[in-house]
Amino acid sequence: MKKEKKMTLTLPIEEHIGAGNLACQGCGANLALRYVLKALGQRTILCIPACCWAVIDGGFPHSCADVPIYHCAFETAASTATGVKAGLDMIGDKETTVMAWAGDGGTFDIGLQALSGAAERNDDIIYACYDNEAYMNTGIQRSSATPSGAWTTTTPVKFPKDQPKKDIDAIMAAHNIPYLATASTSYPEDLFKKAKKAKEIRGTKFLHIYAPCPTGWKSRPEDTVKLGRMVVQNGIFPLYEVEGGEKYTQTIKVKDKKPIDDYLKLQGRFRHLKPEGIAMLQDEVDRRYARLLKKFENK
Amino acid sequence: MSIKKDKKKIVFESEKDMPTMPMSLGSMLWNKTGSWRNIRPEIKLEDCIQCGICWKFCPDMSVEIENEWPVINYDYCKGCGICAEECPVKCIAMVEERR
Repeated sequence: MKKEKKMTLTLPIEEHIGAGNLACQGCGANLALRYVLKALGQRTILCIPACCWAVIDGGFPHSCADVPIYHCAFETAASTATGVKAGLDMIGDKETTVMAWAGDGGTFDIGLQALSGAAERNDDIIYACYDNEAYMNTGIQRSSATPSGAWTTTTPVKFPKDQPKKDIDAIMAAHNIPYLATASTSYPEDLFKKAKKAKEIRGTKFLHIYAPCPTGWKSRPEDTVKLGRMVVQNGIFPLYEVEGGEKYTQTIKVKDKKPIDDYLKLQGRFRHLKPEGIAMLQDEVDRRYARLLKKFENK
Repeated sequence: MSIKKDKKKIVFESEKDMPTMPMSLGSMLWNKTGSWRNIRPEIKLEDCIQCGICWKFCPDMSVEIENEWPVINYDYCKGCGICAEECPVKCIAMVEERR
């Protein structure tokens, strides 16, 4: 072996979720929680509604996580977290972080009213949504996070999804919560920094984490990290943070925005798209990105 | 690795053995997910530059760091191939699993 060199790690080495979990090969959601827990540390309570992570954690009486997990009903992630936080306040515990960890179905569709309520009350919780763009846990059904044109079992190739993805970040920014950030699992240092920042701020914090899903997107498991990077570089999912609903800051700057073709080609769910369909998607992405750029410039 | 170290699967003989509350009692380490694998990663340590990227992007916490070098835990590696894809010097090869 060659000369000894010190290994430089960009993240802390402590793990708070263990091996042996039930995630698929190359799961993005698994990566997402791994990084977030590295930032939040051991004193964290998770509230998980029905989503992939309810399964990944393992069956009773086993759990792969080192932190306590409260499995709650699908629509109640935010309100359960609020309740747990209120309980901790009653016993005088100010240090423990409470995080609701929901998938995109539990955030965009089913859990939206609970999340909106918690944001309106400005309860001191972190709400993290790992977005894999469909109900992956129950077998790839369309959610309102699914981008238009994508294949799912409920939007087959013959009847594709016409509606674009719901802009949850704009909805949450309109609640004027103290902190909101988008993150991707392929930029772990950025995600780590945002989770650390969210831990320090009082009030409702919203993290929107892009988590590629090889099973549902029909992509190769080894492309998980590549997809998460491409989606930022081509402007589909820009990484930014919003403070107080006003101050927009782009954290990962994109120099030259790439076309979305390469991103679509890696995924089986977009295989049926014709060139005009791709052009339509590109147009939609450009419009959304331009709208965001205006907000970044205004500051 | 996480702080939970117990590798035994907990089995209840009867309802009386169960805890009064549905709470977690052990880790998932009994579940050797290495059996899911068709291809296995092999690190050529001569070419390794110790960047830690394989450790950083492993979704299953199966790349461990021992004495500043990456070591793959084949008990739990699911064989997704992210480490081989992301390695900047391509010193990780995915080879056919032999059993």
